[in-house]
Amino acid sequence: MNNADPTRTKPLASPPDGPVRSRGGTLTASQVSAWFGASKVLEGVDLEMGAGRVTALIGPSGCGKSTFLRILNRMHELVPSASLAGSVLLDGQDIYGTSLRVTQVRRRIGMVFQKPNPFPAMSIADNVAAGLKLTGTRAANRTELIEESLSRAGLWNEVKGRLRDPAGGLSGGQQQRLCIARSLTVRPDVLLMDEPCSALDPTSTRRIEETIGELREQVTIVIVTHNMQQAQRVSQRCAFFLAAENEPGRVVESGPTSTIFDSPRDARTSDYVHGRFG
Amino acid sequence: MRTRARARSALPAGERGGAGAGSTGGPGPRKISARLTRGDRLYHATATAGAGATLALIVLIGLFLLIKALPALREAGWSFLTTKEWSPDAERPRFGVAAMMAGTLVSAVVAMAVTFPVSVSTAVFINEYAPRRLRRPLTSLIDLMAAIPSLIFAMWGLFVLVPFLVPLEQWAVDRFGGALPFMRATAIGASLGNAGLVISLMTIPIATSIIREVLAQVPRHECEGALALGATRWGMIRTVVLPFGRGGIIGGSMLGLGRALGETLAATLILSLTFEIKPRVLENGGITVASALAVQFKDAQTMGLSALMAAGLALFVVTFAINFLAAIVVSRSRSGAGVEA
Repeated sequence: MNNADPTRTKPLASPPDGPVRSRGGTLTASQVSAWFGASKVLEGVDLEMGAGRVTALIGPSGCGKSTFLRILNRMHELVPSASLAGSVLLDGQDIYGTSLRVTQVRRRIGMVFQKPNPFPAMSIADNVAAGLKLTGTRAANRTELIEESLSRAGLWNEVKGRLRDPAGGLSGGQQQRLCIARSLTVRPDVLLMDEPCSALDPTSTRRIEETIGELREQVTIVIVTHNMQQAQRVSQRCAFFLAAENEPGRVVESGPTSTIFDSPRDARTSDYVHGRFG
Repeated sequence: MRTRARARSALPAGERGGAGAGSTGGPGPRKISARLTRGDRLYHATATAGAGATLALIVLIGLFLLIKALPALREAGWSFLTTKEWSPDAERPRFGVAAMMAGTLVSAVVAMAVTFPVSVSTAVFINEYAPRRLRRPLTSLIDLMAAIPSLIFAMWGLFVLVPFLVPLEQWAVDRFGGALPFMRATAIGASLGNAGLVISLMTIPIATSIIREVLAQVPRHECEGALALGATRWGMIRTVVLPFGRGGIIGGSMLGLGRALGETLAATLILSLTFEIKPRVLENGGITVASALAVQFKDAQTMGLSALMAAGLALFVVTFAINFLAAIVVSRSRSGAGVEA
């Protein structure tokens, strides 16, 4: 399944007809700052989110993690009055530059939201294939693709008998995995997850964490989480965001997850990961 | 505060009781008592009275029309539905709604054919494409237009729009009249088509206002879901916004249609009134139920008055039937029923 060719220069993710070739893309954020109107919410974030890894963004509420995540696939600009500085490179290409269209950027860098948001009017199968339709991609093997995406998201066995049922009938955890499957169908290089389990029960949460572990080999994952155990369980790298009162959020410390949790350099990181504040 | 919480908690308990009824063993469903506060009872009574009054009003209007129309309906019998001419006060009365009902429907169809695409696109434009600072002014403008009296639209239509359209229509008649029968016309300008167009001026603001309001309720997280997959703005609108707004789009259009069916002035001013069925939309002549009532009312004698009431009753029934159909469609869609994802 995996092709470890490091000199990969393909402009788009692997075509939906072929096997999953991607090992994910590398996202590099440098000196990213963000504003909503006049208030600065994020300042000078430098972070590399490497291919084949899960990077967890942790930190207390209001420190700019979600804003940063939304900057990574250009969802930030959907908010009126939002602006940003700095650059984000996907495999060396500036996602805010002229070489990539915003639709291409979002196709290569998928997103799973805090609240499951399947398209309620569509069936389960149509939801999974929605990305193909929306990006105008023709896929001869639509059926296999739907099965593949659902399997990768760990949902296939639960829904294979009712693919034509409306997506609204699934449980919250299933809906969230459906959303993951939906994101995978367009073969993204990166998958961003914004607290994907915060609305779910423990069983669904565990199921999604397993899914993340299985996907890691195929797609770069960046996950925002408030759950320290979850960050430890699923991520290999970790970035700790913090915003002092009336100041924009900054990355206090980033590095291997084990380092962040076991031997952080900064006292604030240590306090946060050990639950002493936030 | 406490009483309100109690009243709310009565609902899920009721559902539980209902579900338990099918199982074997255990206690059966219990009776649930919900004691309302005085305030609640007062609101309940006021709301019921309001709803009852509205319903009673509709029934009374229908009854009034029916009673007043009975003499004419007895006189004409079933021929009332098929007769085109209108001479109820003659020695041997002959009258029917065929011509005017056909005219009403033709002008309404023309009006809706224009209203539907224009108001849906306008609503989508204001909500999704217009620059943010223009959204509010545009919305107010549309709402303001909905409040303009129909007389103003009718006069503007008569003195500005129709003279402007006549050369275009003449060209269309000359060019396509040979191939398309409904395009043929000997004299143009005072036609059902033009009346319909002027009516659409009145229906577009109403329909747009409602459709825009409903489309604005689309859950943003669903829109973001589509955009995050790499959808274009139009792709997002097509897969999320429009399916969500289906009920509102139909509801808004139906409100417009209701106005189109009952619109009097535009047809009265623009049409050269003739009691004929005019499927050729650009040809002069034709009549609508509302304009017939307006024009004939003054000179009507006993039978004439009753006949006009019968015509009004027919319009009442048709409007009711159309709105009923629309309500069924709306109740099946999400924006109408308010179902959560």
